[in-house]
Amino acid sequence: MSAHASNASETARRTPPRTVEIKIQRRENPDAPAYWETFEIPYRPNLNIISCLMEIQKNPVTKEGKKTTPPVWNMNCLEQVCGICTMVINGKVRQSCSALIDQLEQPVTLEPMSKFPNIRDLRVDRSRMFDYLKRVHAWIEIDGSYDLGPGPRMNQDDVAERYAYSRCMTCGCCLEACPQYEGDQYIGPQAIAQVRYQNMHPTGKMTRDERLEAIMGEDGITNCGNAQNCVKVCPMSIPLTKAIYEENRETIIYGLFGWLKR
Amino acid sequence: MATSNGIKIAIVGGGLAGLAAAMKIAEAGHEVDLLSVVPVKRSHSVCAQGGINGAVNTKGEGDSPWKHFDDTVYGGDFLANQPPVKAMCEMAPAIIYLFDRMGVPFSRTTEGLLDFRRFGGTLHHRTAFAGASTGQQLLYALDEQVRRYEVQGKVKKYEGWEMMSLIMDDHQVCRGLVAMDLKTLELRAFKADAVIMATGGPGLIFGKSTNSMVCTGSAVSACYQQGARYANGEFIQVHPTSIPGEDKLRLMSESARGEGGRVWVPRAKGDVRSPGSIPEQERWYFLEEKYPAYGNLVPRDIATREIFQVCLDGFGIGGQNQVYLDLTHIPAETLDRKLGAILEIYEMFVGDDPRHVPMRIFPGVHYSMGGLWVDFDQRTNIPGLLAAGECDYSIHGANRLGANSLVSCVYGGFVAAPAAIEYAKNVERNGADGSRLYEQELQRQQEINDTLVKQSGTENQYLIHDEMGKWMTDNVTVVRYNDRLQQTDQKLLELIERYRHISINDSNLWATMALPHARQLWNMLQLARVITLGALNRNESRGAHYKPDFPNRDDENFLKTTIAEYSGEGPVFSYEAVDIGLIPPRKRDYSKGKAKETTAAAAAQPGAKQVPTDDLQQKPRDISGPAIWDQNKEKVRDVDHGQAETRREQGKSIEDAGGKSDKL
Repeated sequence: MSAHASNASETARRTPPRTVEIKIQRRENPDAPAYWETFEIPYRPNLNIISCLMEIQKNPVTKEGKKTTPPVWNMNCLEQVCGICTMVINGKVRQSCSALIDQLEQPVTLEPMSKFPNIRDLRVDRSRMFDYLKRVHAWIEIDGSYDLGPGPRMNQDDVAERYAYSRCMTCGCCLEACPQYEGDQYIGPQAIAQVRYQNMHPTGKMTRDERLEAIMGEDGITNCGNAQNCVKVCPMSIPLTKAIYEENRETIIYGLFGWLKR
Repeated sequence: MATSNGIKIAIVGGGLAGLAAAMKIAEAGHEVDLLSVVPVKRSHSVCAQGGINGAVNTKGEGDSPWKHFDDTVYGGDFLANQPPVKAMCEMAPAIIYLFDRMGVPFSRTTEGLLDFRRFGGTLHHRTAFAGASTGQQLLYALDEQVRRYEVQGKVKKYEGWEMMSLIMDDHQVCRGLVAMDLKTLELRAFKADAVIMATGGPGLIFGKSTNSMVCTGSAVSACYQQGARYANGEFIQVHPTSIPGEDKLRLMSESARGEGGRVWVPRAKGDVRSPGSIPEQERWYFLEEKYPAYGNLVPRDIATREIFQVCLDGFGIGGQNQVYLDLTHIPAETLDRKLGAILEIYEMFVGDDPRHVPMRIFPGVHYSMGGLWVDFDQRTNIPGLLAAGECDYSIHGANRLGANSLVSCVYGGFVAAPAAIEYAKNVERNGADGSRLYEQELQRQQEINDTLVKQSGTENQYLIHDEMGKWMTDNVTVVRYNDRLQQTDQKLLELIERYRHISINDSNLWATMALPHARQLWNMLQLARVITLGALNRNESRGAHYKPDFPNRDDENFLKTTIAEYSGEGPVFSYEAVDIGLIPPRKRDYSKGKAKETTAAAAAQPGAKQVPTDDLQQKPRDISGPAIWDQNKEKVRDVDHGQAETRREQGKSIEDAGGKSDKL
């Protein structure tokens, strides 16, 4: 995927190393200070970060031979579709399941995402991203789940664009990379892309104004500084900047003429 | 919309089935506590790729819910009770339309209608799809709707909580559950009028599988150990096409074959030429050769056995356990549009571009047809406990057809929800001593945790897990022999003994992964025995269960549901007749089309038409909440269904258990 294409340049490793060296930023709990520990495990072909962490977990001893606690992280699908295992790997935010050792410079450094509250080690709390989805009403207001026949007909081109937005797994890469996103002062690209996703749908369009209003506040869409980092790090190649552009246009028009509707 | 009358339902699991049930219960005006190990949007349902089945029949093929029903029952080798399968197939078109209305970006035809593709085990285009990541879009659509109810205060999510056990009263009625906060390790009792299990499959019992890391089967095993019946555990689907990996086996969707992918190996053993340089006549398209009617789209159990056998016979690529899955003859543009997501997965994890180089694949453990025993309303044998989705056994018989899992999850959730409400309306609440139950169960769970934390044995829990996975994969998957099954059970007993000597290797208990894993491991070991011994006892071959020493299906002795019940000494097995009242069993034969057999079967069964003509059957069923339950009750027949009686007796025992003062 485009986001990882740059890793190919890191690959140039002709003879496979005998070991893999991994530096992990540790933290015992949210209030404790961070510190680093280095681990070394035997090299095998096709290792990804998750299999390295699993190996360390079995017998957590640092490179220096000191017994320590097993590192804690999040993982689930391991196919880069659930988004849970996101962390900062060699300085770059991405999913650890799809980060292959053969494509990484050693020692590999692992850090938790920095824009979210840390729980322990590599684990962070991203629940505020789901709160943003609540705020922007990221759903279609159906009358009910009973049988009312098919939905509206749609052009495959529109479906294809919506499909791109539908792949957002709320992993948080875009927020981690965004220079404007810090704490709660900007709602960020993922929520705006979901506004775009719902507003493009013929039924979703009917409640478009609610979503526009939700991204017009102080922490809204105008905070975007056009750094375009989000679209570069998005593992699903979602056209986040396009969503921001389109929704910005919509909010401006709504801001200018929306009062006429009232 | 009805107003809440104080009913609260706990749902364990926030995948497709759990969210479907949550949406229905909230819509009916009742309260839901939704527990999930991971944020629900990260559930394993996101991994479903190919699509969702429903006989919408927009391709002029004369498809119908009845044909979908017949394909499902036939594909499942007749082990499924037929009434719920029929009900699911009738509801399926309406389920697809509902997701369409909820905004799922299903792929479209040029006329703007839903597009459908072909999947395994059918000759019809019946699978609606959103690119090649359909599970993700369906899960998100339900996640969005449930978030809407969360904002309204109808649904309360407990994400990052893992269920430890049920709370049972003295009459063996389920009154709630105990769950653990995975951050603080706090145990908490969740009171509920009914509990719906929607926890998915147990793939991690096999070590590496296509399942996500939360698919341990742990919560379901806890129910089993507290008296819930576990049915058809031995039926484990091994998917024919997965990508072997260090940490897991990644799924390569059946849709790759649905869109024309061809499976082949070089005709000459040990041929080391690159695939592109092997001419057509020197390639062995073994599935197409052996099964001319269905070709590469034979059901999964058959494709898996054939691939397995070809490799066993030394025809695997370079003598390895690998065969080609070839898409290179299809234009790249078509592949990107219809299969983009899965091709990216292959490219990302293997490094080759499947648009230009045939993929290398091998079978991998994928799905459990078995699960908690449920009646036709998704109720387990424990009053107050229901189950839906992969964790129940009801729909897929001995083998699941591709793209039937998503529809069965939603169907299960949609049936379980009104059934749980109905139950909750009629059950009397706990009396004055209610709180005692919760205290007792909390204490019991706390003691288990305390013991594990204090233990300082020399065994390593992760190595025990690895060993279990290896034994289960080697001996309890594609080909099964009784002596090896016996040895596997011996091994499991040894591992259970060794488990007692593990130590939690994490001195920091805050957000530790070690204690939850230890709890899961115990439960997995118990369930592994159910799977292994169920396989040992079943001396026949049916669907995914294959024994070379008993190569044929034996309807006389084994057209029966396996039921396992927990005892201190291990699982106790019994067998229950299967309701085959609608389609008489016939031999599965995918080398030819099955239209003729269907007609013959339909003729032999008066009233069962191959193509339904009356309005009732052609129209998608109304999927409004309570209506479906009533319809089910009317339509579902109790033929050969002894458990329905038991269930009713248990229903009575609830009424007898105390006064009705709290009845609503």
